[in-house]
Order: sequence, then C-alpha cells, then structure tokens
Amino acid sequence: MPAGFISNLYVFILAGFVGFEVIRRVSPLLHTPLMALTNALDAIVVVAAIIIAGRQGTKLSEILGAVAVAAAFSNMVGGFLITDRMLRMFKLSGRKKQ
Amino acid sequence: MTPLTMQYLTDFAYIGAIALFVLSLKWLSSPASAQRGVLAGEIGAAIAVVTTFFNPELVQFKWILIALLIGTMIGIPLGLVHMTAVPQRTAMSHAFGALAAALIGISEYYMRIPHINKFEMTEIALEVIIGSLSFTGSLIAAGKLQEWLPQRPIVYKGQNYVSLSFLGAAALAALVLIFHPTAAYLFPAMVIISLLFGVMLVTPIGGADMPTVIALLNSYVGLTAALLGFVLNSKVLVVAGALDGSSGFILAVIMCKAMNRSFSNVVFGAFGQLQVSAAGEKEDRIVRTASPEEAAAILGAANSVIIVPGYGMAVAQAQHKVRELYDTLSKKGVDVKFGIHPVAGRMPGHMNVLLAEADVPYDRLVDMETANSDMPQTDVALIIGANDVTNPAAKTDQGSPIYGMPIIEVDNARTVMVIKRSLNPGFAGIDNTLYYMDKTLMLFGDAKAFVGDIVRELSGGGHG
Repeated sequence: MPAGFISNLYVFILAGFVGFEVIRRVSPLLHTPLMALTNALDAIVVVAAIIIAGRQGTKLSEILGAVAVAAAFSNMVGGFLITDRMLRMFKLSGRKKQ
Repeated sequence: MTPLTMQYLTDFAYIGAIALFVLSLKWLSSPASAQRGVLAGEIGAAIAVVTTFFNPELVQFKWILIALLIGTMIGIPLGLVHMTAVPQRTAMSHAFGALAAALIGISEYYMRIPHINKFEMTEIALEVIIGSLSFTGSLIAAGKLQEWLPQRPIVYKGQNYVSLSFLGAAALAALVLIFHPTAAYLFPAMVIISLLFGVMLVTPIGGADMPTVIALLNSYVGLTAALLGFVLNSKVLVVAGALDGSSGFILAVIMCKAMNRSFSNVVFGAFGQLQVSAAGEKEDRIVRTASPEEAAAILGAANSVIIVPGYGMAVAQAQHKVRELYDTLSKKGVDVKFGIHPVAGRMPGHMNVLLAEADVPYDRLVDMETANSDMPQTDVALIIGANDVTNPAAKTDQGSPIYGMPIIEVDNARTVMVIKRSLNPGFAGIDNTLYYMDKTLMLFGDAKAFVGDIVRELSGGGHG
C-alpha cells in the first residue's frame, strides 16, 4: 500500500462530510451557480496537469499534460466567470415591491 | 530556496487554497454572501496555480503557457453563454474536467510502467475508467441539450445488457492489468471500452431526466479528481474532488427525490418514451380555451398569481416576456410569485437563473413546498411549459409512470391557465388530466408570443 494512501483516505472522508454539510445548506435558488462553482473548484486538477506537462518526461506525457492543462484551465476560467455572472443577476425586489 | 522549504511553501499554499474552497461553498449558501464565495474560490485557485509554477520539478514552461492561453480562450466564451445555454455549458465543463483527469491518469500509467504495483494500478485503472466514461457521457449529454442529438431516449432491446457487458469488459481489462501491469496493450483497450460505455450510458436517457444525469456526471467528475489525488498523492485534489463529488451527489439525490425515482431507474429506466398505449381515450374529452384578451382580464382581476415555469419557457425564450407580465401585474397590485419545481428545466436550478437573468427578483421565486401551501389561496396558477411537474396524475393515477412524483399542485388554485403549443404530451410523454378540468383554461400558442399579447392587453386599455 503506498505510504500516502491512509492519510489521503482520512482527508477524502472528512472532506466528503464537510462538503455534504456545507452544500446541503445551499439554497435551491442557487443550485445552478453551485454546479458552476464546484466545476471551477474541481478544475484545480490543473495544478497536477501543469506538473505532468512541464516536468522531465516523455513526449506523450508532455502532450497529454498540455491538453489536460487546457481542458482544466478552461473550466477554471469559464466556471468562475459564469458563476460570477449568474450571481450578479440575483437581485432582491427591494424598492420595486410596492 | 532549498527543495524542502519549497515543498513546505507549496503545501501551505495548497492548504490555504483548500480552506478558501470550503469557505467559498459555505458563502454560496445564500444569495447575499454568494459573490464573496466566488471571490474566495478565485483567490484559492490563483494561489494554488501560481505556487505550482515554482515547483522545482518543472523544466519547461512553453507548452504550459500555450495550454493556459488555449484554456483561457475556450473558457471565456464558455463563461459568457446565455442562461438558456447553461445546461449544455455545464455538461461541456463536466466533459473537460473528466478529460483532464483521465489524461493525467493515462500519462501516469505510461510514466510508471514497468515499475507499478497492484495497488497503484488499481487506483489508476479506476480513475481512468470513471474519467473516460464521464468524458463521453458528458459529451452526449451536452449534445442532447444542445439538440445536436435527439432529446428523446434512444433505446433498443437488450440495451442494458449490452451496455453492462461493456462495463464488464472494461473492468476485466482493469483486473488483468492489476495483476499484469505490463500487459500494456490492454490499457488503450480499457480506455476505449470505457469511452464507449460512457456513450451507451447517456444515449438512452431522455431530456426530462437531464437534471439528474447532469448531477450524477458532476459527482463522477468529482470522484475522478479525488481518485487522481490518490494516484498522485495530492491532497488538494482529494479535497476538491470530494467537495465536487458530494455536491453532485447531493444534487442528484434531490433530483431523484423530486421525481420519486431511484438512480438505477434514471440510468436504466429510459424514462420518457412516448406512452402510446395511454393515448387512446383522450379524444372525446373537452378542453376550454381562452384568448389573450380573456386571459389578461382574468389575470388583471386576480389578487394573487403563481406562475409555474418549465423547460417550455426556456425553449420559447419567453422569460423576458414573463418578467414583463410580472412587472405589469405587480404594478396593478397583483401578488405574483413563481413556483419552481426542483426538476423544472434541464438542470438543477435552471429556472431560477433564467428568471434572474430576466430581472425577476429572487424573493419572488418560491420552492415547491411554499408554492403548494399558498396554492389554495391563489386566484390563478399560470403554467408555462411545465407539463409533468404539474400533472395531477402523479397523485391520483397509480398506473401513471410519474405516480408518486411530488408536483406543484396547481389544481388547487381557483383558476388554472396552461400556455401550450398544442395538446401534445410533454417530454415524459404522459397525458395531463389537468387540461380537461373545469377550472382550466388552455392558452394555445407560442409561450413568448402569448405572454406578449397578454402584457399588451393589460397595459393597453385592457382593464375596465
């Protein structure tokens, strides 16, 4: 068993519980922005892709890594951008109400 | 700086990023703090990416920078799509996320052979299988949502067995690889079979089930990222993947509950085939129709109105006209709310962002429970392109495929108005008893044009 496995498992289980508790509280109003935001956060795989693309490796790993960087980073940029746009659209009626 | 100091700095930066990610999701709990949440996420991601550039393992930057540039060029247009296109955009981003994770797993396999133990091989195989099937599955979902592919379920006899045998074949290839990691010819086979399985998994699923499917694919993509974290021993990936995965999972559970169906029923049930058998008896029933003038008169005289939007509103691009109707009626002192069913539209929360984009204030958007408790005191329920989620058959007809599904009980309102192109059944292909009730008025026509006509009547000289 690789050395980090058990500690990674701890982290995975705990993060899963944290995620469950935090996300359960997200208003159904915001379920679409939630999905866009978690996509953007998930795009953090770009840090792994950067290392695969840039380290001393084979031509294949450089190519696969570079494609992965582009795919993941497009999610990061696009995900944050659209989440921000969506949230700006949510307005209270405020003065309009009577 | 020594490599060890660098390692510590990287770890601290990643821990900071993770903390910001959790805060980011926490602040998303209400619209008031949500924008702060996005900012926290952006800062966290920026810290993690910038720190990675100082990794001493990196020897070349040219391709990384080019790839980041390409990613930005793809990401910006994907971030600027209209709210009607958000479901397919989301499916595309799931595809990209799965692709990135799968490619990294593939590259790790070829970097490590022949020095790869059973345990590592298990992690890599699992990661690559789920990543590959999520990639093609999400592409098919995006194709259906964009209507490049038919939205109806594409089914054939024995389909589930064929699909499952592909999954079995991928698992078998993985199993052989675990015991003989150097049987390198099997690895591409495993990837290709998984890619094909992803196609087969989503093709039979109909448009009305897309909210659940998108949420499920979301959780697969998260799981892939977490598994990649195990492969690479990277805790930042484990955490981000676990957060994304649990988010997708929770949404999928909410969607399933809102349809009173199980996961396996959504994935293998091929819901939404046209129910030809049930269509026979409806011919002789009477429907009452109304013109825009009549509808405007009734709406203008009402005290309270609940509008129930569905996918049909998005298809007709009627949300801006609907907001004009909301404005006009509000000015006349009518209390207008929007009752949003959890699975209305093509992804979780779809109706909310559409109406928010059209400038409907979010405190006017109420969930199913609130809408239902207000319904008996409501003068008019106006349904715009939401068929199955308002179909009383879900409560009364045990033979109906949607029996048991929670619905917005518009039949409790004093008057029901349904805007619809024709009497054709909705996406689930189920006839709707609502249309034949005495208190129901059918408003036949294009949703956008019809609502526009009502608004014109109301603001013209209509009230009097």
